[in-house]
Amino acid sequence: MIRFLMKGLLRDRSRSLFPILTVFAGVLLTVLLQAWMHGVMSSVIQSTAHYLTGHVRVTTRSYANEADQVPNDLALLGIDTLIAGLRRDYPDLLWTPRTRFGGLLDVPDAQRETRAQAPVTGIAADLLSPASPEGRYLDVGRAIVRGRMLRARGEIVIGDELAAKLRIGPGDTVTLMSSTMYGSMSLTNFVVAGTVRFGIVAMDKGTVIADISDIQQSLDMANGSGEILGLFADDIYHEERATAVTAAFNGGLRAADARAAEGEFAPVMGTLRTTSGLSDYMDTVSFYSVVLIVIFTVAMSIVLWNAGLTGSLRRYGEFGVRLAVGEAKSHVYGTLLAESVMIGLAGSLLGTAVGLGLAYYTQRHGLDIGSVMNEATMMIPNVVRAEVTPVTYAIGFLPGLLATLLGSAISGLGIYRRQTSELFKELGT
Amino acid sequence: MTRYYLPVLLLLPLQAVSQGPDGDDILRKVDQNMFAETKVVESRMVIHGRRETRTVESKSWQRGTDESYTEFTAPAREKGTKMLKQNDMLWEYSPSTDRTIMISGHLLRQSVMGSDLSYEDMMDDPHLPNMYTAAVASEDTVRGRRCWVLNLAAKKPDIAYDHRTVWVDKERFVLLKEDLYARSGKLLKTVDVREVMRVKNRWLGKSVLYKDVLKEGEGTEFFSDNVTIDVPIPDYLLSKASLRR
Repeated sequence: MIRFLMKGLLRDRSRSLFPILTVFAGVLLTVLLQAWMHGVMSSVIQSTAHYLTGHVRVTTRSYANEADQVPNDLALLGIDTLIAGLRRDYPDLLWTPRTRFGGLLDVPDAQRETRAQAPVTGIAADLLSPASPEGRYLDVGRAIVRGRMLRARGEIVIGDELAAKLRIGPGDTVTLMSSTMYGSMSLTNFVVAGTVRFGIVAMDKGTVIADISDIQQSLDMANGSGEILGLFADDIYHEERATAVTAAFNGGLRAADARAAEGEFAPVMGTLRTTSGLSDYMDTVSFYSVVLIVIFTVAMSIVLWNAGLTGSLRRYGEFGVRLAVGEAKSHVYGTLLAESVMIGLAGSLLGTAVGLGLAYYTQRHGLDIGSVMNEATMMIPNVVRAEVTPVTYAIGFLPGLLATLLGSAISGLGIYRRQTSELFKELGT
Repeated sequence: MTRYYLPVLLLLPLQAVSQGPDGDDILRKVDQNMFAETKVVESRMVIHGRRETRTVESKSWQRGTDESYTEFTAPAREKGTKMLKQNDMLWEYSPSTDRTIMISGHLLRQSVMGSDLSYEDMMDDPHLPNMYTAAVASEDTVRGRRCWVLNLAAKKPDIAYDHRTVWVDKERFVLLKEDLYARSGKLLKTVDVREVMRVKNRWLGKSVLYKDVLKEGEGTEFFSDNVTIDVPIPDYLLSKASLRR
């Protein structure tokens, strides 16, 4: 029977070609868009986790309230003990101290007077400890354009654009002007070890990267840091686990000493979703992913319904003859549905295959959107890539099949409205 | 005719009394009291921060209002840091970097050593009559001293505080209290002179509490521990060369 139906579809292209093309196009778009949206979302989350918030972040309560201003006067102190406790209690996360800071980078002339100055934002991380995971997260080595990664205290790497603007390069000495955690002006000399380009507009505009021990000394922050980041060992943001760890940490502090836990310098943990400001963005992307699938299924069903109606009109006579020779209406309807399943399968398989191919291509090569991200403050890479996940394989397939079936099911209902007594009259005209 | 003018003539002396002294005259007297040709001050700033209290010690040499040189002597981290003011230029020398940095632009708004005083405060012309017109608003008593309350309005648009309310000791012509406002009318800083001292024939603040209203913390107490006035100050001390000395 299937073979018979297949032959019918292959021999009568008007029955198969347009519906297959419709399903193919819809499935292809769905697969590609899902992979693309997931890829962009993953890039943003990963960059944000690596450069800003970790998957979870510990700060003081007051710092958390004003985190946008990077208030280092509200930094965590006694971080050695705090990190040791976090490593003991939550070993599935890697814990590392970070301090973000702002200031001016001052370049001296031969008389040690100011030759050039530029505002900078800085990241201080544990870059010199052999066991530190920061090399992987900040990936400074990969981003080096000139010179090398910092190897010793007293060195920094700076954005390549910033270096060009200040006309400095590896080996030059610069002075970082910033504020200590007590509000005094701090001046610290650094040797530029290398220049970097991260490919993230928000980072490349004026970033400097230094070792945390240098910045602790520079900002008078002994055994302190602005933040402690925790990242899952597999480098993937597991929201449920992050929420559970956060609740356990904050709850544990409250249980130990409720009053101290409410103090302005008490440590408090937050998840990437709450600390990064990406909450709305993540919800929006998830919402539109669902909307995309629904719109695709509904729109394709309508198109295929319409195609089915047109086909039914064209096959009006055929159905009439089949009913006249004694074929049951339900059988005619059933074969119509079986045909639609075949069409749906063919279209979905083709669409998924080509969609996956294109998604893999954009996953490998990416799309450079740097030129439209000049004013971006979000941690989004200049080159965004699609990301193929197990969901990508299925996301277009089922709606493709469902839409075809739904379209045929609706248009095929006309079969039941045919009156057997009128058939010969209809066929005669 | 006399019948009509007599009440007016009788009222004239009363009107003269109610007018009181001129605000600008009071401000000039404050200026005369406070400013010596030269001044050497050994001082302590006790900074009551949000997190802890720190004490910063320094010694300053001032000539007129345009030249001053300050060397910080404690704590160890700040020891050797020097500041030089020449007219409208301000430099800071950091011994750890051996760099002299000119403080300008937005850096002027930064706090001096984390205190409630900004570099901008140091750059303002301390001669109030040069910057403000004064009007007597009322009379008040501060720490048992009878004061004129003056409202000062800026003569120029580009000064740190657009208007001030100051409490002037009626006898000593020393400022006992100040409220400093932005152009918007927002209170920015308060100054509370808790103790005054006599140096030669002048009355000067000995213990002063500065409070940046926009900043957390309990303010900065400024103690003038040792003040000498009208002493010669060598030229080299007020030159840029002295910073890296």
